[in-house]
Amino acid sequence: MPRITVTVDGIQYEQDVEPRLLLVHLLRERLGKTGTPVGCDTSNCGACTVLLDGKSAKSCSVLAVQADGCDVVTIEGLGANGSLHPMQQAFHEEHALQCGYCTPGMVMAAIDLLRQDPDPSEETIRQGLEGNLCRCTGYCNIVRAVRRGAQEMGQAVSRP
Amino acid sequence: MIPAQFDYVRPASLAEACQELGSDEDAKVLAGGQSLLPFLRLRLAYPSKLVDIGRLADLRGVHDRGDHVHIGAMTTHDEVMRSPVVREGCPLLALTAAQVADPAIRHRGTFGGSLAHADPAGDLPAAVLALDGVFVAASASGEREIPAAEFFVDYLESSLRQGEILAGVRIPKLGAGWGFHYEKFHRTAQAWAIVGVAAAVRRSNGSIAEARIALTNMGPTPVRARAVETALQGVELGDQVRQACVEAAADTSPPADLHAQPDYRRHLAKVLTDRAVRAAAGAP
Ligand SMILES: Cc1cc2nc3c(=O)[nH]c(=O)nc-3n(C[C@H](O)[C@H](O)[C@H](O)COP(=O)(O)OP(=O)(O)OC[C@H]3O[C@@H](n4cnc5c(N)ncnc54)[C@H](O)[C@@H]3O)c2cc1C
Ligand code: FES
Ligand code: FES
Repeated sequence: MPRITVTVDGIQYEQDVEPRLLLVHLLRERLGKTGTPVGCDTSNCGACTVLLDGKSAKSCSVLAVQADGCDVVTIEGLGANGSLHPMQQAFHEEHALQCGYCTPGMVMAAIDLLRQDPDPSEETIRQGLEGNLCRCTGYCNIVRAVRRGAQEMGQAVSRP
Repeated sequence: MIPAQFDYVRPASLAEACQELGSDEDAKVLAGGQSLLPFLRLRLAYPSKLVDIGRLADLRGVHDRGDHVHIGAMTTHDEVMRSPVVREGCPLLALTAAQVADPAIRHRGTFGGSLAHADPAGDLPAAVLALDGVFVAASASGEREIPAAEFFVDYLESSLRQGEILAGVRIPKLGAGWGFHYEKFHRTAQAWAIVGVAAAVRRSNGSIAEARIALTNMGPTPVRARAVETALQGVELGDQVRQACVEAAADTSPPADLHAQPDYRRHLAKVLTDRAVRAAAGAP
């Protein structure tokens, strides 16, 4: 069985993995990172989105062995010192969730989007989240939350 | 869903990868995994072994080679759509890659994987066919060139032989005066094309001097719309373009599926070709 080393939310793990083990199952079942859900069988929904070496990836569509030596950030790694990440806070403030199943993936995809465009328009947000499906909210509040999260994050950076 | 068991190797060189692949006819290449992993999870494929070429640096990147652009097979869709060399030398591919799937899939899915997978609903195959790309296949016995017109053989079947790995594609640069567009028709943002049209058009004095058109999902392979290419020669930009595009579906055998019947796809091919040609020519 291959042995891999992977850093998840800042902590390094060594694991023996079957080649067929999916990254999302490594996260959930081995490392207890159940903040990252599985929402579909077809790589469509985006609920499982994490940052893999800084870029968004659907963790149901990556083998754990492919993540050997990589850095993974999940929804559980965003907050610091007991407070929410500004993007999580913005989802909360704007009521951008109902059942919350899609939310971890939405937040990770939103953070990835800001990496390319720190001040995205509504249109850019809609395109940037095209790989993330929500079956509850109708997207309007999600788009609003991403705008707000972007503003908060922009301020956080420019504050002295 | 969990894939069936397989072995996994991550060779350190292209030569080693070719050897691993050549020695086991049930082995498969793993590139970005964005088509293969969904297949494995649904148990639509049972490879004995995956040969992971994901870390072969030689296969990754875009290079300006004067009269052509070389795109390494492991270059991701995201890298292709952002590459200044692609945007300058073969902008059609940047426009097309940007319309593949969604951002997360574009971070991992590769240019070579999209082509080797030979899905007629894939967007890049038609774009590369329109540009007459030349495929470079590597094997234990060396390299072989395959013209785009011979690369796509059937549904999910390319002319790569057992033990061959697609190393990259050479895209001849088209000179000044050419414009490009990829027109994709689908029902939801991240979905595959119901029909797509890749167009390259050269304008001269308000008319079309030359056009190259290839269609996505109008048969088991991407196809060139040769009848339209001929009909467009010398046509003035305006209503005549639509007239020249009526033969867009000639000699095609579009599939019937959940999304559309063949007659609807034939209709779409005409309408979308007209749109793609106008957009490529910069005409309203
Ligand atoms: C939800 C979803 C939506 C998508 N939407 C679209 C879309 O709209 N348009 C579109 O074009 N694509 C779409 N895709 C597919 C995506 O573009 C894939 O990235 C691409 O088809 C395969 O590239 P890959 O690198 O992931 O290849 P893999 O999945 O790793 O491999 C695919 C196949 O090609 C073979 N292969 C890969 N690379 C090589 C090589 N260098 N040499 C020889 N054989 C090789 C593999 O053995 C395998 O059989 C979508 C995928 C998903 C999951
Ligand atoms: S669970 Fe990964 S995309 Fe749906
Ligand atoms: S909040 Fe329920 S799926 Fe999005």
